[in-house]
Amino acid sequence: MPTSYFLALSAIMFTLGILGVLLRRNALVIFMSLELMFNAANLAFVTFANQYQLLTGQIFVFFIMAVAAAEVAVGLALMVAIFRNKGSVDIDQMNSLKG
Amino acid sequence: MTFIGILFYAFLAIIAIASAVAMLLNRSAIYSALFLVLNFATIAVLYLALGAPFIAFTQVTVYAGAIMILFLFVIALLGAEKLPGYEPLKGHRTTAIVLALIFVVEVILFLVFRNQGIQPILALTQDFASPQQIGITMFTQYLLPFEVVAFILLSATIGAIVLTRVEKPTNLDVARGKK
Repeated sequence: MPTSYFLALSAIMFTLGILGVLLRRNALVIFMSLELMFNAANLAFVTFANQYQLLTGQIFVFFIMAVAAAEVAVGLALMVAIFRNKGSVDIDQMNSLKG
Repeated sequence: MTFIGILFYAFLAIIAIASAVAMLLNRSAIYSALFLVLNFATIAVLYLALGAPFIAFTQVTVYAGAIMILFLFVIALLGAEKLPGYEPLKGHRTTAIVLALIFVVEVILFLVFRNQGIQPILALTQDFASPQQIGITMFTQYLLPFEVVAFILLSATIGAIVLTRVEKPTNLDVARGKK
């Protein structure tokens, strides 16, 4: 299978993640779309690790996963705090900082 | 490439893209999370095909296991709200879809033209990405980033606890007569 097949799949998944961030209004689903984009980037990393026979790409994916886990923990905590304040996870209602 | 091989990869790609689209379109956040788990599992199979068994199993345990369970717990806690489907900004949906189409065409054209001399994926040797090799690389060449990641995880844990803590009146506040 040519390598560009994996890269194209990664590009399509990244774009679907972007669409999720742009279109959805539920903050939790936006968060899941972010995870999808992380995943697309990871797929590109592993593909190039295979192509150039270097382990570095896979190590980088491991670090990305650790940082994504940290990001999810803090982000979901923020989401729970916002829900306590506003009673909703609709991002259209999170406009208190708007001038 | 044999016919069976092409069929296998096409099947995986269709499942990955279809589950991502289903995640986008589903109105219920719980179903979205479950479709995302399916997507992660499919990508893990692709990692196995690319010769990355350690990353594949980390993907299943950390992503599909731990992170998505966290998501499901929070969705269950917040009541899996279904938002009304109207457009907040006029024409915002159409613009987003057009921009995303432009982006994906651009990226794929770039990949095709940039990587003309690219080869098929390689069948790697057994011990290329074995857990042993990964461990040796991570604890020699990448020891400092590994330690930094430990601190990032620690600060994230503390941050999550601090953010979700409910403010309770302390003994001092009670003595001062505050609420």
